[in-house]
Amino acid sequence: MADGTRGKGRRKEPSDEEAALSARLQRLGERLNTAGRHSENDSGPRQTVDTSAYARGFRLSTELVAGVLVGAGLGWLIDRWLGTSPWGLIVFLMLGFAAGVLNVMRAAGVVSDRQLND
Amino acid sequence: MAADPIHQFRIVDLFPVAKIGNTEIFFTNSSLLMLVAVFGLTAFLVIGTARKSLVPSRLQSAAELSYEFVATTIRGTAGAEGMRFFPFVFTLFMFVLTLNMLGLIPYSFTVTSHIIITAALAIMVFLIVLIYGLMRHGLHFFNLFVPKGVPIYILPLIVAIEILSFISRPISHSVRLFANMLAGHITLQVFAGFIILLGAGLGAVGWIGGILPFAMIVILFALETLVAFLQAYVFAILTCIYLNDAIHPGH
Repeated sequence: MADGTRGKGRRKEPSDEEAALSARLQRLGERLNTAGRHSENDSGPRQTVDTSAYARGFRLSTELVAGVLVGAGLGWLIDRWLGTSPWGLIVFLMLGFAAGVLNVMRAAGVVSDRQLND
Repeated sequence: MAADPIHQFRIVDLFPVAKIGNTEIFFTNSSLLMLVAVFGLTAFLVIGTARKSLVPSRLQSAAELSYEFVATTIRGTAGAEGMRFFPFVFTLFMFVLTLNMLGLIPYSFTVTSHIIITAALAIMVFLIVLIYGLMRHGLHFFNLFVPKGVPIYILPLIVAIEILSFISRPISHSVRLFANMLAGHITLQVFAGFIILLGAGLGAVGWIGGILPFAMIVILFALETLVAFLQAYVFAILTCIYLNDAIHPGH
């Protein structure tokens, strides 16, 4: 294509080439746009739906279990040290459950740190 | 052996390293894999960045991509100030990612499927958050546990819950990585066991029927690759979130 235009005349050449170049740039931009949109639309949501649902579910469940476990462990230790048997376990298990729920709410984004702190 | 899904997690002593009291310390297959990961990673990054060409080679491009990926993650979660922890988070992410990926190679060993490894990493993060927070903010760091604007009569309860929530972090942090890797590898092995059971039990028909679990393994393997990456990413992003608390405890 470039050879053909060059043969016709030198005065016309720059404008022709510029026009061709800008047209090509425009086409490239359009294609890039659609390609970008495609990759966002196609791979993005599918990935996030499948894996992040699984990952999120797993994350939330571990958060809750971790809270309860820590509460139970601390309560049990306090009972052992202070000899306050069942009370430490009872109280800290409940606190641990509350902490677990708080963890889950934070992990799920229902309540952010800021919201609670402001 | 092939049908036992737990067998793959067995620690094998390779040779003794030291003896403390009555406890012999062995160099195990787990240590071997960790060494492979460390040397492999170092080689990857050193060779990848050795020739800093403007048009990067594949290796350089991969090294730069991994840098960019972790850097954007840190900036997004812990802010620009979190970048001082970049070496730590980057090491952690690449280490966990490499171990997860190495574990997917058949006949290899998954280091991150042992909770002692993930717990050690999570406790390290926890201690760094605690120590750095205390060093930088002194006792103001404990403002993390005292939310503002809470009526005084329920404040003790809230503080107790916040402290428990803080302590529970390394548990959920470590269990998530460990359980994901463990569950995934057991699932793979169970499905692989189906093929052998079918083949041994039903002969030729069984081997043909074994195509079904084999197809399942292929699909699961793709999923496992994704999980291996995703869990390394989640581990890194949670580290960033926790470090963010150490950097800005007041919010």
